[in-house]
Amino acid sequence: MRRETPKSIADYTPLFFPAVMLVVFFVVPFSTMIAVSFFKRDPAGFYTPDFVVDNYARFLSAFFGRVLGFSLMLSVIVAICCVAIAFPFTYLLTRRPRAVQTVWLVCLLSVLSLSEVIIGFAWSTLFSRTAGITNLFVWLGVMQEPVALLPGFGAVLTGMVYQALPYTILVLYPALVRLDPTLLEAARTLGASPIHAFFNVVTPALRNTIVATLIMVFVFALGSYLLPQILGRPQHWTLSVLITDQAIYQSNMPFAAAMAVFLVLISLALVGLTLLVGRRENAL
Amino acid sequence: MSGLALQDITKQFGDFKAVDSVNLSVPHGKFVCLLGPSGCGKTTLLRMIAGLEEPTEGAIILDGEDITPVPTHKRNLGMVFQSLALFPHLSVGDNISYALRIRGASKDEQKRRAEELLTLVHLPGFADRPVAKLSGGQRQRVAIARALALSPKLFLLDEPMSALDAKLRESMQVELRQLQQRLGITTFVVTHDQREAMTMADVVVVMGEGRIRQAASPMEIYRKPADAFVADFIGSTNLLDVTADNAGRASVLGQVIPDLALPAGTAKASISIRPEDVRLGKPGPGAIPGTVTFVRDLGGTIETFIEAGGQTVVAVATPRERVDVAAGDRVGITLPPEACVVVKS
Repeated sequence: MRRETPKSIADYTPLFFPAVMLVVFFVVPFSTMIAVSFFKRDPAGFYTPDFVVDNYARFLSAFFGRVLGFSLMLSVIVAICCVAIAFPFTYLLTRRPRAVQTVWLVCLLSVLSLSEVIIGFAWSTLFSRTAGITNLFVWLGVMQEPVALLPGFGAVLTGMVYQALPYTILVLYPALVRLDPTLLEAARTLGASPIHAFFNVVTPALRNTIVATLIMVFVFALGSYLLPQILGRPQHWTLSVLITDQAIYQSNMPFAAAMAVFLVLISLALVGLTLLVGRRENAL
Repeated sequence: MSGLALQDITKQFGDFKAVDSVNLSVPHGKFVCLLGPSGCGKTTLLRMIAGLEEPTEGAIILDGEDITPVPTHKRNLGMVFQSLALFPHLSVGDNISYALRIRGASKDEQKRRAEELLTLVHLPGFADRPVAKLSGGQRQRVAIARALALSPKLFLLDEPMSALDAKLRESMQVELRQLQQRLGITTFVVTHDQREAMTMADVVVVMGEGRIRQAASPMEIYRKPADAFVADFIGSTNLLDVTADNAGRASVLGQVIPDLALPAGTAKASISIRPEDVRLGKPGPGAIPGTVTFVRDLGGTIETFIEAGGQTVVAVATPRERVDVAAGDRVGITLPPEACVVVKS
């Protein structure tokens, strides 16, 4: 396809509206946040314009380092779990008749309508000792007595995977639907069992989709701040929780802004690194 | 028996019988074309031979062994798909050696075999190219090479030429036939193109509505079609009503054809006569009278459409044997009895 290069200002007019939206709703707030991160906190009120690096300096401590590390690790695990569950599931779903697919997709979309708060409290009930799923296991004779499964890391992980899974499936679905089903059949005629063929034909053929989905879920999980509080102990709190805490409860906007900027930079760096590694492997 | 035998193969999709009690026996090393209009069950039959579909009834016997319950990946066959289904994430060489890699062959052996197969399909030195950078014909050859990697017992191709342009298709047909003869491998090709089938096949299997209508050599299919369906599907033909009188003489379009006999006890049937067998001449005794309605001069051949006894008869002649007629002329048609094939109507 041949593309004409834009010649006059008029050729750029279709870009005008998105550009304005991007400036008003992204560039301006984000620049404000970066600016605020260098401001000085006023203990009595809000903050005063200044240029100090105290906020960033305060962040470089073992405590915040540990929280940052935990946030990144949690997001990576959530992303891997989501893709590991969603990829085979979506693949099998796309092999079903159209009507079956529609029912499943509508159910998944309805999960998206649940807010983080509802998901959090639903799981906290399910994981509780008095009304949780362990009662079911006791009734089935699998367990001796009901136990509380929360607060804990497993509970946080389950809640976050549950929340991100519908998004993961909806992102993977179009690519898997378009996948030529004869690729798998070809692999089978060449002597690969269906499971073998799934792992060395379907998965590598969709490598780029999988990487993109991992990044999306990772970024999505990084922003989660309610589920770790509802389902986890304080050591399971993510950086997003601390940012909310500083911004809303401690009224320390500059420090919250500094942490937010740091989080954005770190996640950008990780995403960039992933893409770079991906491109190098593609080139080989 | 060495070769492939299909015994009473039936495939039912819900209420629809895609393949209906097919019986076929193919000796080892033959080239078989499954030919038929779309929806006749030919692809379903091929997929059942490959094990990608399970027959509702019947058995598939390969070299005396019932392979019906054997899953695809243990059948030792090579298949070329209509979409070719080359693995987009692998290079040409890796595509071809995929089957060897699955079996745990060494890197050297994979490389050697890939190069050997690439030479066989006239693409030496292509091993390191990405699949996306190949032309249609090259992809086709890679797909063929990949299917042959394990020297399979059966070579199956599902409409392999459909993505190629007409010229390339013709040369690939010849090439595929030569390759098959060199390797002596039992081959099944699904096609709806009768020229393709005539070019390549030892045995043409004409299918219609899930059943085998006729399975024979290309010449026999063309010269002695079993029924009106086969006669009409293979090449173009004139299908004319024929009646027999009390004395057993058969007449077509009101004219008695000497030496043409209907099977005993049949009063009505049809004959199939190829347009190139229809003789055109002056009206006279022994000839069927008719009027020329249209003449189509195609350069290499001339088609003359004649209205006779309420039916249209097409005659084809080369310019050398042309009878100079124009639309509106009254002519006489003679049908050589040896060229008339009586078919069930």
